[in-house]
Amino acid sequence: MDIYVCIKRVADTSEVDIEIDRTGLALTEDDFSYDINEWDNFAVEAALQLKEEHGGKVTALTVGIEDDEEVLRRALAMGCDEALHLSDPCFEGSDAWGIAQILSAALKGKPLDLLLFGTVSADEGAGQTGGFVAGLLDLPMVSLATSLKVNGSIATVSHEVEGGLERVRELDLPAVVTVQTGINEPRYVSIRGIRKVSGIEIPVSGVGDLGLDPNQVGASGARVKLEELFLPPQGQSAQMLEGSDDEIIDKLLDLLQENGGL
Amino acid sequence: MRDILVLIEDLIDAPAELAAAARCFGDVQTTAFVSGGTESEHQMLAGLFDCVKVAPAASDANWCAEFLCAQILPLLDSMQPHLVLMHHTNNGLDLAPLLAAKSDRPMLADCISLESRENGVSAVRTVFGGKVHARISATDSATGYFATVRSGAFSMPEDTATKSGSIVALPLIETAPRRRFIETITPEAGAVDITQSEILVAVGRGIDDEDNMEIVEELADALGAELACTRPVVDKGWLEKSRQVGTSGLTVKPKIYLTVGVSGSFQHLGGIKGGPFMVAINQDAAAPIFAAADVGIVGDLFDLVPLLEEKIRERKG
Repeated sequence: MDIYVCIKRVADTSEVDIEIDRTGLALTEDDFSYDINEWDNFAVEAALQLKEEHGGKVTALTVGIEDDEEVLRRALAMGCDEALHLSDPCFEGSDAWGIAQILSAALKGKPLDLLLFGTVSADEGAGQTGGFVAGLLDLPMVSLATSLKVNGSIATVSHEVEGGLERVRELDLPAVVTVQTGINEPRYVSIRGIRKVSGIEIPVSGVGDLGLDPNQVGASGARVKLEELFLPPQGQSAQMLEGSDDEIIDKLLDLLQENGGL
Repeated sequence: MRDILVLIEDLIDAPAELAAAARCFGDVQTTAFVSGGTESEHQMLAGLFDCVKVAPAASDANWCAEFLCAQILPLLDSMQPHLVLMHHTNNGLDLAPLLAAKSDRPMLADCISLESRENGVSAVRTVFGGKVHARISATDSATGYFATVRSGAFSMPEDTATKSGSIVALPLIETAPRRRFIETITPEAGAVDITQSEILVAVGRGIDDEDNMEIVEELADALGAELACTRPVVDKGWLEKSRQVGTSGLTVKPKIYLTVGVSGSFQHLGGIKGGPFMVAINQDAAAPIFAAADVGIVGDLFDLVPLLEEKIRERKG
């Protein structure tokens, strides 16, 4: 099986103070740590488990700047066979559609059985890229996969629908599957494992290698433009309890009691 | 007059929200697309939209993005609507990007507000887990636009169902689907039914480790509450799926909802109905949960939760 998995490096903003920079279009990135997007980590693991069962090859791809190579190296350390870094100054500022154009150009004509994505990214959270690529490559797709098995030229996928239900589908390969968290237990990547793959040269493809028109991608090709970032209005926020821990908890108990919680 | 095509899902009963979202575009001609459904459902839609186009149901009567694309694409060709609208739900994630790509329309995903511009569409959406809002826009598209909207973000005024739209049957477009429905799985019922609980203690990723679950179990016990949780807690196997609240889990209607280490993603908040008295304990002052809660405490949950439990037991005697 030839499996491709598209991954993204994202900033962990869950426990840092967020500040919007002077351009109003980006965050001040001083204290961010970066890692593979959580959903994508599950997608890599899903790809590796299929390879271990059926044989074949797993290739990890990312679109991004030089620093983004670290998620490809991480994917190699997990067990991916190859990596491809799609990087070019004129990719900068691409919207999801531009990223999908770049990925589709890189994948076109490749022998491909299964193309995996994480369902959404922790930063943008739009969940578009996988579907765009499926549309551009005219492949069948299932999103939000919670299990994935392959038998011959058919994949059996269960996926989340509304109301806590799941549905089971069959897909003719080649196909696109976007993976939900919790589908598996992604293997641990040790520092030693990363060091082992540090010498591997990861090929880089740019706009010319992919046969793309530079106006199709990057900020100039973006169909959806970011106009500004802003902090959510604090209009209807919670009554914040302050003081010593004892005072806070006493106030909370009074409020719980008033609202019938004790 | 501009045309807006609204795509109605099979499981979500919120077409009025889409009608409300369409109103952001002023005086427009609205058409609802639905596959299958009953006559009374079509009548209900006709009260909300100027026209209802009814495509045959998929042979397996289930949401199938490939089947729906085949039914909707010819309609887009003939109608050339200014905008296609649907909800950013699990079904929306499945269909919208695929259809936007196939119809070559710029897509604005998961919008919480929409605005018509002279030369396009602008929207506000949340990024970085809800901590930041982004204003985005798409302009000068020759093919029209596609937007998905967050459930609950648009509400309809009282005068809702006043239209008497026409109902038109669409012919079946035959497909040889490369994606086929096998079965629907209903999750196994858990030992407790949290949808019936009046008090819930909901635990999120902030609890950090399975060993720490004990402190929230003790708190729930002291309060006489059941434990609920967010998706990451189920993913890690710390609690069973039957305790997950959210759009991919259960919908609950408690009187008191006390969250511990819950950031407040819209997927989680989407499962809390009935306007409970909501308390949030989280160490991140910027967590979106504080915009949804009635009472918030920023602090170390490992100090606060055991103290709360102790004081509850004292007060209850």
